[in-house]
Amino acid sequence: MAEEAIKLGGKKKSKFIDQVKALLPEGGNLNLCLTCGACSSGCPATGLEDMDPRKFLRMAALGMDEELLNSEWAWCCTLCMRCIYVCPMKIDIPQLVFNVRKSRPREDRPKGILGSCDMALRNDTCSAMGATEEDFQFVVEDVLEEIQQTQEGFADLKAPVNKQGAYYFLNQNSREPVTEPDEMVPLWKILHIAGADWTYGTKGWAAENYCMFMADLENWEKIVRTKAKAVDDLGCKVWLNTE
Amino acid sequence: MYALWIREGKLKVSSEWNKDRQIKFTCQDPCQLVRKTLGDPVAEDMRYVVKAVVGEENFIDMTPNRSNNYCCGGGGGFLQNGMPDQRRAFGKVKFDQIMATGATYCITPCHNCHAQIHDISEHFEGGYHSVHLWTLICLSMGILGENEREYLGPDLADVDVLPSKELEE
Repeated sequence: MAEEAIKLGGKKKSKFIDQVKALLPEGGNLNLCLTCGACSSGCPATGLEDMDPRKFLRMAALGMDEELLNSEWAWCCTLCMRCIYVCPMKIDIPQLVFNVRKSRPREDRPKGILGSCDMALRNDTCSAMGATEEDFQFVVEDVLEEIQQTQEGFADLKAPVNKQGAYYFLNQNSREPVTEPDEMVPLWKILHIAGADWTYGTKGWAAENYCMFMADLENWEKIVRTKAKAVDDLGCKVWLNTE
Repeated sequence: MYALWIREGKLKVSSEWNKDRQIKFTCQDPCQLVRKTLGDPVAEDMRYVVKAVVGEENFIDMTPNRSNNYCCGGGGGFLQNGMPDQRRAFGKVKFDQIMATGATYCITPCHNCHAQIHDISEHFEGGYHSVHLWTLICLSMGILGENEREYLGPDLADVDVLPSKELEE
């Protein structure tokens, strides 16, 4: 009477399963996943694209690589790491998601992220909105001049650009200089009042890095190195990321 | 950094402006800053700054919070990947969390959080505002100019505006 056991996966050669194994804690194996669902219960992406973190991991464990690659869920996960934070076995699901993103051909990854990554690679500012070194310096100096001339008590406000040897190298998300430059001013005032020795750099000032989100390892590294070089070239001690 | 400078007395912030107004604030713990990088100590520093600026009795925490906080849905490239429906469905969890506090403002000291939490307030018609910490620190020191209030509501549009003069052409 015994029914034949269901066979899963056939002879398919799995890739993600090996990656999952490598992600488990030292000496562990896949049985370490207790399937408790703590990951899924606290994940805001649970239910999107008919998927959740536990299901994603189980599918990888079952060798369903193709289904994972075809799912859009890897792009709905924000890699926020709440799942690994609450996992009793510390299984790195975000890294699995990142590997799935990386496995999709570059040109097939989401166009918005792809476009922002490519734009950032165009010049040394690393701006995903394409702002150039000249654009940035002009906007900063223009806004600064207006504040110095109009606001009481801030005639000597500073927003240094390329100040050699400043202690802090401050970066800036492209959105401010490009679309709402007045939003840069409150932080300048705070740094001024606190007496901080800081500077912007015309190179590497943009805070964002969409190549990282796109899982484009080579260009992610390229952008980080461009920014780090800008900090080093000015001899700054601290690379300060804004709010 | 803000917390350090306030403790050192370099930033003389005050919550006096909100003593009678009693405007309520909550704050988002950015995943990147808190859970993924510096952990609960930086979340405590953030609360120290927020309370110093808006008044302890005017701060309402979300549940859950700190390292256990839910992501808002603005990270990982979600704001740029052309999936707004999924992004907002993700953000509904955060939206409900914010609405449960009853706060008028959600402080978002992360660029992605700021954009996403602003968007879900408009999309789900929550009516709360999303604001950077730098805006409130300046407001509390009486040095926030009138053009630096894009993300403040009408209730704070004319509070302690730094006097300015017309630019001579």
